[in-house]
Order: sequence, then structure tokens, then C-alpha cells
Amino acid sequence: MSVLETQQRPVAEYGGPRVLNRPRRHPERWFAHLGLLLVSVGFVLPFAWMLSTSFKRLEDTAKFPPQWIPKPFMAENYAIVLNHPKMHFLMFTRNTLIIATLAVVGTTLSSSVVAYGFAKITFKGRGALFAVMLSTMMIPFPVIMVSMFVIFRWLGDVRFGEWQVFGQWLGTYKPLWVPAWFGSAFNIFLLRQFFMTIPDELSEAARIDGCSEFGIFWRIILPLARPALAVVALFTFLWAWNDFLGPLVYLQDQDQYTLSLGLQTFQSMHGGTEYHLLMAASVLVILPVIILFFMAQKTFIQGIATTGVKG
Amino acid sequence: MTKKDWQQLGKGLAFLSPWLVGFTVFTGLPIALSFWFSLCDYTLLQKPVYVGLENYRTLIWGKNSAGGYGDPWFWKSLWNTARFAAVFLPAAMVVSLGLAMLLNLKIKGQAFYRTIIFLPSLVPAVASAMVWLWIYNADYKQGLINAYLIKLGLDPVGFLALKEWAMYALVFMSLWGVGNTVIIYLAGLQDVPRELYEAAEIDGAGIWRRLWHVTIPMVSPVIFFNLIMGIIGSLQTFSTPYILTDGFGRPERSLYFFAMYLYDNAFQYLKMGHASAMSWIMLVIILIFTGIAFWTSSRWVHYQGK
Repeated sequence: MSVLETQQRPVAEYGGPRVLNRPRRHPERWFAHLGLLLVSVGFVLPFAWMLSTSFKRLEDTAKFPPQWIPKPFMAENYAIVLNHPKMHFLMFTRNTLIIATLAVVGTTLSSSVVAYGFAKITFKGRGALFAVMLSTMMIPFPVIMVSMFVIFRWLGDVRFGEWQVFGQWLGTYKPLWVPAWFGSAFNIFLLRQFFMTIPDELSEAARIDGCSEFGIFWRIILPLARPALAVVALFTFLWAWNDFLGPLVYLQDQDQYTLSLGLQTFQSMHGGTEYHLLMAASVLVILPVIILFFMAQKTFIQGIATTGVKG
Repeated sequence: MTKKDWQQLGKGLAFLSPWLVGFTVFTGLPIALSFWFSLCDYTLLQKPVYVGLENYRTLIWGKNSAGGYGDPWFWKSLWNTARFAAVFLPAAMVVSLGLAMLLNLKIKGQAFYRTIIFLPSLVPAVASAMVWLWIYNADYKQGLINAYLIKLGLDPVGFLALKEWAMYALVFMSLWGVGNTVIIYLAGLQDVPRELYEAAEIDGAGIWRRLWHVTIPMVSPVIFFNLIMGIIGSLQTFSTPYILTDGFGRPERSLYFFAMYLYDNAFQYLKMGHASAMSWIMLVIILIFTGIAFWTSSRWVHYQGK
């Protein structure tokens, strides 16, 4: 059940005195309303200020006292951002989408194959391997980024005569998406938990009919696991969309920058004063995330709640 | 092992093979390599040269040119990171647990409130840094907060320009993104049986005693989980302070974090040995804290029915 919707337990569930379950008109309730309202206003304020600034003229951004309703209303700021000769917004969006797509497809496929192995095949040493996998979730990226960088450099240096055996890695997108094709611990764990809840009777029936293990995985388990796959895909997309350190370490050419990196570079070079454009760009970066959230609200919340609590 | 066992093992490993390769190449090998590099003088330009514990000595305890011990930036960045964790984690815990309890009440409009509080946690680090840079701005009267301070007749504050303020400004803006922790607590709260509250109420327990004797013990596994993740998360804090300060950790390096100095060592100064030693120090710190948390957990974590 989604956490976002208030869970109302049926009153009859508890056999005790009914009086306790009746909604009461306590002053506490009004305090709660007031508290939530104030907090919500606080949480919305940065969004509102960002939106408001993004529709202002440059000279209006510095008006005192602060002007909440932009006048004149500059919707063309967004067109300026999209075509800005120095911001390269569309190019950065394209780069980010390429990396995100490759990472999403790779993680979803590989993590589910591995998760199937952990969930549905009994073999010696599975428990130990699973423990190793879980422990790798504790290792943050900064711990391995230095030697990963060196490894990617070496991979590019492996030559057979003139031929770069593994191709060039540094300064390409490869370091950002290839690792995703080898499963990620967090997603394997999440999918394994889900696969465990699928009863074995289905797989047994298919096995008797002569279906191979991979066939069972591909034709029976995966279609049933769509909600969990959606969670994995969604989280991976968000991760790729937001990632800053990875692109900062591995990308060299500005033509390859992702949105996060590109926007930061623009801000540090020219953006310090043009806050109306920076805010419009920020709105554009946030917008897809918000749209995704509203399209897949349940998936989101369930994913966070299950991985959080049962982790 | 019987023939069947071998078959199962083969099948299992076949399914695990992507992860086995990935684990070896992208986790195991990097950790082993960085241990080797941490014992070497390595600038990327020549081959690594073994120097023993020299890197650790310079970073942690070796006498430095200023007459002190260890690398001042190493200690400064570690101290900043610890300070951030010490302020942010308790604040985040109180705020998110408090919000989760408010959001768990059965009142109208909860779905709306929950969405509002959750949304900021989705905002990419870059976008949130841009917005807060703008809100905290202290140039002239532009920044939102300073504009209202001036209107109230107060003096404007350089939130990100004064070392006394910068850390708290970072903590405050980080609390904006506390929404996913709130959701995790909320799910934990919804697993608490109502019978417990009702029994406590019949026994005459007030709001605070119910909080202290029912709610907190019942959600303690969730608090525990969040604490471990929070410590690991704080140690790798990078993007937000980096973007806020162009990578410098201004003002006076008060926002210079451990992961930022690690990054600078590796990719600005090409001191791969120093950077790798810092990676291992980070790993050891994480292991110690995770160990402590697991060890002590049996005292204060109550797993329901387990």
C-alpha cells in the first residue's frame, strides 16, 4: 500500500473500546494542521522563489523589497536558456539522456539476472556470496574512484600493435555506464527481495514442461516482476540524472558534459550574476524529475519505503 | 558434492556471472589497487614507487613544515566532515522523525503534505545548490533571506561568506532534502501496532511518554538504519559543497570536506598515493562506525517479533 495515502485501519479490526478509535476534535489536531501548513510553506518557498526569479528581467532579480510576481513576465528566459551560446543546454541534456538510458537498461537487465541467481537457485556458497554483495553497498564511490580512474586509463592503454584492445575509456561515456551492465548491489538486493515473494509453483510447472532455467527467468519471473523493475529503472535514471562526481572525474571535453556538470561549469564561469537564467535552467533540470514523480508516485514511495525499512 | 550439487553450482554462478565480473573489476580490484597505491609514490605520470607508510605518515602524524603534525588540510577536511555529520545527523533525525509523526496523523490533506515534503529530496544537487546560492546571496540586497532581514531592520548576513555561518547554512539547506528519510520513518511508524498506543493511553501515558516508550523503541530499527546510512553519506559529502564553493570549500576552507580533499589530491595535484591513502582511511572509518552501530544495536534496537 502506498505510504502517501493515509492508511485508515478499519475500526472493527481492534476489538477494544470503540471510543478510542473515533476521530476526536482535539486542539492537538489544529496544532498539527498549523504545523504541517507552516512546514509545507517552508518547503515550497525555495521552489517558488526559483520559479519567480526564472520569469524576471535581470534588473528585477535584485529589486528590493523582493518581488514575488514577476512584472514584466519574461517567459522568453526559457527560450534564452535553451539557445544560450555558452550554456549548451540541449547538448548537455542529450549527453545526460544517452548515459542515463544506457545505465538504466544495463542495470535493470544485469541486476535482475543476478537477483534471480540469488533468489531462486540453491547452491553451495550462495549465502556467503550474498553477504559479500550486501557489504559492497557500504563502499562509497570516493573510496574507489581514484583506482577506477587508473583502471580505465590502463584499459585504454592495452594495445595489440596499433589496436586499442578495449578502446578508449577516459574522456568517453564508458566509465559512466559500462559498470552498470554488471549489476549494482542495491538493485540486486531490491530485486532479490521481490523475486523471493514469487511462489515456486509456477517455475516448477514450467520446468516440468521442459523450460530452461533462463527461460523460466525470462518468461515467467521477469514479467511478474514489472513493478520492481520499474523501481530499479526509476532510481537508476534519477541517479544518472543527478550524478555530479562521476562526470566530473571521467569526462574531459565540454562537449560531453552532463547537465549537472555543464550547469555547474556555466555558473562558475559566467552565472554568478545572471540568476534569472540560472533559475530557469534549474527549473528545466528539476522538471523531468517532478514529472516522473507524479507519473510513478506509488513506485517511488514503495521503493524508498521497502529498501529503507527492510534493508 | 553430488552431480546435482555441481549442476546447481554451475547454474547459480552462471546467473551470478555479471556481478562476479563486476565485483572483481569494479570493486575488488579498485580496493586492492588503492591499497597498493596508498603505499606508493604515484603521480600518474610515472610508475608507482613503493614508499611504505610514507603517505599515511605525511597525512596523519608526520611533522609538517608549520611545525604541527600531519597534513593540515587532511585534518581540516576531516574535522569539517565530522562537524557536519555531528550537526546534520541529529538535526535530520529530529526533523524527519517529527515530520513523519505529523504526517502519520489522520488528518485531512495528508497526501498533499507528504508530497510537498518529499519533493525537494528529488531535486538534483546542482539545482538545489543554485537555488540556495541565490537565496543565501549577500551581495547588495539580492538574497531572499537577507532582503527580509533588512526589511525587519536587521543587518544582512553573509551566510556563505562567513566561516561562522557557512556550515550551518549547508546543514539548513540539507534539511530541505530530508524527504526520503521522512518517508522511511513514515513507513516504520505505520508498522507500529495501534494497540500499543491504545494500551499506553489506557494506562494514562501522555504524548511524551507514548513517544518515548512506544514510538521510539518501535521505530528504533529504522533509526539505526538511517544512522549508519547517514554516517556513510556524510563522509562522502562532495557535490553540494563543491558546487556552492566552486570546489574551493570557501570561506576559509570551512566547507572543505574530506571527499573534496581526496578529489583534489587525485585530480588537481596528481598525488594518487595521498588520495589512495585517504580512500583507505575513509573505508576504515566507515567500517569502524558500521561496526560500532551493529555492536551496540542489540542494546537499543528492538526488532518486532524477531
